[in-house]
This record gives sequence, C-alpha cells and structure tokens, in this order.
Amino acid sequence: MRIALQVNGQRHAVDVDPSRSLLEVLREELGLTGTHYGCGESQCGACTVHLGGRPVHACVTPVSDAAGRPVTTIEGLATGGRLHPVQRAFLDEEAFQCAYCTPGMIMAAAALLAENPRPTDAEIVRGMEGNVCRCGTHPRIVAAIRRAAGLSSDGGAAAKARASVTESRP
Amino acid sequence: MSGPRGEGELRVVMLPGEEESTTRRHFLKVVGGGLVVVLVAPRALAWPDAATEQAGAGGPGGDPRPAAGTPREIAAWLQIGPDGVATVYTGKVEFGQGIRTSLAQELAEELRVPLEAVCMVMGDTDLTPYDMGTFGSRSTPQMGTRLRKVGAAARRLLVRMAAERWSAEPGSLTAAAGRITDRASGRSVTYGELAGGEELTEIVEDDVELTPPARWSVAGRSVPRAGGADLVTGAHHYTSDVTRPGMLYGKVLRPASIGATLSGLDANAAEAMDGVVVARDGAFVGVAATDTRVAEHALASIRATWKSAAGPRPSSKTIYDFLRRTRAPSRGEREGRGNRDAFSRGDPGSALEKAAHRVERTFTVAYIAHTPLEPRAAVAEWSKGVDGPRLTVWTGTQRPFAVREELARAFEMPVPHVRVLVPDTGSGYGGKHTGECAVEAARLAKTAGRPVKLVWTREEEFRWAYFRPAGVIDVRAGADAEGTITAWTFDNYNSGPAAIRPMYDIAHQRVEFHPSESPLRQGSYRGLAATANHFAREMAVDELAREVGKDPLAFRLQNLSDPRLKAVFRAAAERFGWEREVPRDHGVGIAGGFEKGGYVATCAEVAADRDREGGRVRLVRAVNAFDCGAIVNPDLLRNQVEGGLIQGIGGALFEAIDFRDGVITNAHLADYRVPRFSDIPEIEIVLIDRKDQPSYGAGETPLMGIAPAVGAAIFEATGVRPSSLPMARGGLSGSS
Ligand code: FES
Ligand code: FES
Repeated sequence: MRIALQVNGQRHAVDVDPSRSLLEVLREELGLTGTHYGCGESQCGACTVHLGGRPVHACVTPVSDAAGRPVTTIEGLATGGRLHPVQRAFLDEEAFQCAYCTPGMIMAAAALLAENPRPTDAEIVRGMEGNVCRCGTHPRIVAAIRRAAGLSSDGGAAAKARASVTESRP
Repeated sequence: MSGPRGEGELRVVMLPGEEESTTRRHFLKVVGGGLVVVLVAPRALAWPDAATEQAGAGGPGGDPRPAAGTPREIAAWLQIGPDGVATVYTGKVEFGQGIRTSLAQELAEELRVPLEAVCMVMGDTDLTPYDMGTFGSRSTPQMGTRLRKVGAAARRLLVRMAAERWSAEPGSLTAAAGRITDRASGRSVTYGELAGGEELTEIVEDDVELTPPARWSVAGRSVPRAGGADLVTGAHHYTSDVTRPGMLYGKVLRPASIGATLSGLDANAAEAMDGVVVARDGAFVGVAATDTRVAEHALASIRATWKSAAGPRPSSKTIYDFLRRTRAPSRGEREGRGNRDAFSRGDPGSALEKAAHRVERTFTVAYIAHTPLEPRAAVAEWSKGVDGPRLTVWTGTQRPFAVREELARAFEMPVPHVRVLVPDTGSGYGGKHTGECAVEAARLAKTAGRPVKLVWTREEEFRWAYFRPAGVIDVRAGADAEGTITAWTFDNYNSGPAAIRPMYDIAHQRVEFHPSESPLRQGSYRGLAATANHFAREMAVDELAREVGKDPLAFRLQNLSDPRLKAVFRAAAERFGWEREVPRDHGVGIAGGFEKGGYVATCAEVAADRDREGGRVRLVRAVNAFDCGAIVNPDLLRNQVEGGLIQGIGGALFEAIDFRDGVITNAHLADYRVPRFSDIPEIEIVLIDRKDQPSYGAGETPLMGIAPAVGAAIFEATGVRPSSLPMARGGLSGSS
C-alpha cells in the first residue's frame, strides 16, 4: 500500500505493509536511523518521535497512523543548522554515556517542554518515566531538561564535577 | 613514573625502516606516509597475565589465546601525518565509558598536541593492534599508559629530527602545541612538516620519561566527550544503524527452551516467499529478507518441533539449592589455598569458637541480565579475495579480535581473511564479549550471497544472551570484645571469585570459591562477582559491628589499615553527614571496598513504609566516594561513578531473571525491572584525585558499595536484614 509520509518537513511516498511499524519504516525505508530500537514493546522510549507534535513510541505505531501527519525525528529536531535547546543542553550537561537512549530521551524531553515549559523535577521524572537509560545518566538528563527550560543556573555537569574533586596527597 | 604493570621492557620502533619484519610489513600495508611510531612488547609482556585476562573475560567467549596473522607484539601505534594529525590505533572499543576521549587526552598530553589533532581509530581488526578486549577496567591502566609512552617517545623523536635539521642541541628545543621550537633562534617546525620529511629508522628503548599527573595540562581536565554532536542529532551510526548496498534483514529460529534440539523442520512456506532466503547449517536455521517485517513473517511460517533437554531443570526458586548441590571440588581443595579462588591463613575454626561476637549468614544473588539498550547486532558481508573468500562484520562486541577468531573458526577460514569492525556501541557492561550474533549474520549473508543485518530483539537478548551468575555465599565472622575482627570464613558457590578476599585485617581466615553447574548461560558482568562478594562481606560486617555495639563506620575504620580505603570511607561519610539524624522511618547504611585499582565507599539512606503490604523501601539519597588514582577526565569519571551506582541500584533492589523448565519467564522490559527515573535518589559523587598514584579504570568498582549500603539502611529502617539480591523486588524479604 502506498502511504504518504511527511517526515522532518519532507514528503515521502512509501509502498509498504500498512501494519509495519513507523520505526521500521523510518529506519529501513527512509534511512533515518537516529530513531533507535530498544525493546519493540513500548517499554523503553528509545524510538520516541513526534507525530502531529505529540511524542509516540514509533515501535508500536503502525505506519498507517502516520499517513498525512507530520513526523519529526531526532534528525529533524535541529532547525536551520541550530541545535534544539534540548540537544544543546544534553551536550552541555553531557547527559549520556553510550548515548543509544539519547535520541529518544531528547525527543521525549522536547515534547515535555513543549507541553510544559517550566516543569518541576517531579513533572520531569513523571514525563520521562517511559524512557530507559541503562548507563545510568538519569541525573544528568534531568539536569539537561532543567537547563533547556532555563531552570538551572549552575555551571553544568562539568563544573559540578570539578567542584566535587578532592585532591589528596598524604 | 611507570605504569601500574611492569611494562619496562617495551620498545618503541619508528617506521618506515629497513628491517623486513612482520611488524613493518603489517604497517606498510595499512598506512600511507608520515611518521609511524610503534610500541612493541616482547611476547611475554604483551600477555601480562593471561589467567587474569581470561577471568575478566569470564564465561563464554572462546579461546583468548592469540591466533596467527597479527603482529602480537604490538601494544599500540601512532601515525603522524603530513597534516600534523596524530592518529592512534587501538583495539579498545568505545561503549559509552569514554575511553575514545580519555585515551586521546593521555596521548595528546605526552605528544604535546592539542586534543583536536588526535584521531582515534578503535576496534578494527585490520587496522588496530591485537587487543584482548575491553573489559576488566584495563583500558586506563594499560592502554592509557601505553599511549602515554608512545606519545612521549614520538615527541622525543620529533625533537631529535628537528635538532638534526637545524644542527641544534635537542636539549635547547621545546615541543608544544604540535610544533618544535628552538627558543634561542626562534625557528620552529610543525610535527606535520617533520613527519612529511625523509625516512628515518629508529628503535627507541623504553626509557621515556612520562609527564607526572601533577603537571598534566590536556589530561586531567574535563574535556567534553568526543563526537557528542553526532550523538545528540542521531547522526552516529551504531552497528544496528549500519547499512550496506543490497543488504537484507535477518531473523533466527530459536529453540522452544534452553538446550532443546531440533527434531523436525518444515520451512517450505518461507522458502516460497518472495525475497526470502532460508539458511540452514546444522542446528542453525534463519531467514533473510528485504525488510524486517518480511523476515518476521518468513520466520513465523517455519514449523519446527523441539526435543527438550534431558536432566534436572532447576527453576529460579530452586536454583540456590541446586548450585550448592552441584558444586565441583574447588581450586582450594585441588591445589591448596593460595590463589585467586581460595585463600587461608591462621585457624579460622578455633578463632570463631573463641570469638566474643559471632555472625553466621547465607546470602544469595539472582541471575541478572545486562540489558544493554542496543541489543546484539551485526552486519556481515562476504567478498572474494584472490586466495579465498573474505568476511567483513560490523558488530558491537567488547572483544573484536576474539570475535574475529570465532568467525574464522566457524567458517574454517584463515583469521586474517576476517575483518571485524566495532562502531561505538550502545553499551555492554560485560555482556557483549561473544560473537554469536556476528556468526549468525555471517551464516545468513553466506547463504543469501548479500550483506545481512541481524539485530537481536529485546526478547532474544533476555533469552539467549548470557547472565551475571547466580550464587550462594556463606559467611561466618567473629570479633573480640574490643571489636577486632578475628575470624572469617567465606564460601562462594558459583557467583565467582572476584574480590573474594576481605580487605579487613583478619588474622584467621579462609575464603573459597566453589564452581557449580549453571542451568543458565552465564558470563562476565560489570564487576563480575565483586558485587556479590561485597554485598555478602559488607552485610556481615555491618551485622558484626552492631553485635559488638559499634558504629558501622568506626568498626570498619578500626579493622582497616589501607589508608586509601579509609580515606574513601571518611569522604563518603563526611559528604553524607553520617552522624546526622534522619526521620524515624528512615535508615542509613555504609559499605565499601577495593577492586581493580579502585577504592569505593557508598552511603545510602532509605525510607521504609512497613504498613504497605510486604513492606516498601525507597532509596532517598546516596553518596559514592571513589579513588582510582590520578584522574584523567573528572567529568567522564563522575559520569561513570554515577552511572555505576545507578546500575547497581537495579541489581540491589529489583533485577532478577525468572526461569522454569528451561524457559526465561520474564523476558520483556515490562517484566524485568530496570532503574527508571523515579527510582533514582539524590546522588552525590566525591572523587579523590590522587595525582601521586597511577590511573586505574572506573567502569566496575563504583557499583560495589550500593547494594550493601542499601541493605544496611533497610535493616536500620525496618529491622529486617536483607540476605538476597535483589532485596526489594516485591516487598522486603530477609530475616529479622
Ligand atoms: S523500542 Fe519503542 S519503546 Fe522501546
Ligand atoms: S547513555 Fe547508554 S543507555 Fe543511556
């Protein structure tokens, strides 16, 4: 079946099984591999994209649901060569290790801030609960979201790290 | 300053040169012009202690011995191009731990170039020197030291080349920012200009002096992780993102249960499907198709019957009895108690009898899954070579050279005809030592005659990867009336010998690891058994402290002599406010230890809600203090120390694999609980920068304190003494 998709502002017509997941079509048909597979069961958020401006797990979204609605993936979040504030904040806080979770985290966080520009920490935790980071960078991700929301005034993770290094020479 | 291991006999040779060695042939094959500096180790030293390496690799993973075809003696090498770029070739791989960045800092420091002038080529078996693998927290102490040496030696050569060019005294020249300058005359030349000049042959003995950490300017700083921009824009290609022209997508038929054998197969429907290739090779059955959906359909159409494995089938309920029952004679029983697995001194039996205070406990730890967010993945491509087929595989493995050998064995081809490339990978935590996915992808690609990508599903990861071993640990400990620990016995069944010896000064002790039969595939995991052994040891010590009537921190300090260990305990306690009052339903705990060159101490505060059914605990706050010598990059280190602690929370509180009749029964993220945002307490990290000490790794040891610190805190809050990991999966368990 031919499906008209609009991804990151570009139109595509794909001839695919309509029950195929949006994730698979993005990755295998459109070559947009920044959206990752982590579980395929809506349990990890690695595949988070925006559909019609709302965050969805692309692994459980049939591609037919995306027909005619704008899709934004991590590749389309930066505009005019400028990183999205959430991307910038993830860099500033170095809110990743392996970064496999990062595109999904950033898409979920960008959607959270679009909905709620000044979230409390509890709202950030609730909003991000569906996204898994196995490397354990959660505190940095929360810090990055606060920073993107203009809620943090400290010098970021690197500054904090410097502050907590004790030099010791017996 | 020398590295932590005796590498004094390493030589540095400069290529190109006259000598027709395998080394030289290898490098001329893979590099173009410029200056090449190679760090060469005699065979014996290239394999510092094979036994430890193998133990670090753990469980499945094949033969760690070198195969023919690689210049084994090469420890590291560096090329300086006419453009001044210094390219480092190392067999280590980047899995999120940050070594692409920290190793580059160490090289840049000694070579005296800006960090931007360093390019790291990692984990490519055709280009990089042989490497045992990226595990065991060895990259920093070993590879870091090697790169510092190669950088320092290269710098010294460049100085001499400039001195010859100018007929100047080498001592009057300085090297900085990628240039050699003659202060007297003001002349200067870039490394690139020197490297593009005439050929030189040089063998340099390894008497290079390294820059002491106190004088570091590029190393020792928090520079951002390399490639960050690609990571936040989705531009980085993990293995699962690699595509090749004409590539197909693979799926593999899995048995109905662990160990089951195929007794019947009908793949006619799949074979009749458009664009589908069915591959069979002995027990291996798989499909490759134009997209994943078609491959899934094809796989689902295959009818297979399976014969279950014979023999006893313990479940996650009966596993601990099973492990105790199936124990083999320990190494201590076979070879005596003076090795990694078994140790004894004094007379612990009678010391226990005489002890004024005694504790006797059994602890258990469950199998847990690494659950790297990027599952196993591989892209395999066959091509023709003049003397036979060639195989190239992109795959996220911690041991590219071992996987290359695994592939060569599987397809009976010469090792050099196989190339393994490891893109920076979506983590591993000790879970990606093996090449099963690479072999499967290569089988599919061979049958299909086209490149094939295979990405395991999350469910396959849970069912068919390997686990951190389950284990049972018996501890008996005794102390005298003054609070000196006098007696200690420690028997670990199956979980492993890492960090099995107590770090406390105990006159009478016996520790012993007993290998058992594991019904599940088990192997390496971040920290190996050190987590289990620290849990059992520190929980027992906590209880003993309370029996004696001493504060758990004071009791530890009294029984420790290692000043660095005492320092991390004090640092953690101070940051945490160990003496501070906490709410009535809260409890605090402290624990720590030493492993792989790192010292850790952790404080934890939990809130308990005993009214809820089964009891609930919530981790409120944690402090991790860590010392791994001179810090190469404080922010990368802090990220590791924080991440390790968080991963440790999962194993401490709720991660466990359930199984019955050879089937994993919680093979989904919905059923296997990993730490999520709401599980994360307030975390503080204290790093102790010991510029007077060699740098060690930080990928493992920072996990080890959290489980026993939380366990002790749970006891204080509830009066229930946890004795199994995980501790609070569905309410509290343990003994009062
Ligand atoms: S891959 Fe979609 S939620 Fe995990
Ligand atoms: S950074 Fe590795 S999973 Fe989040």
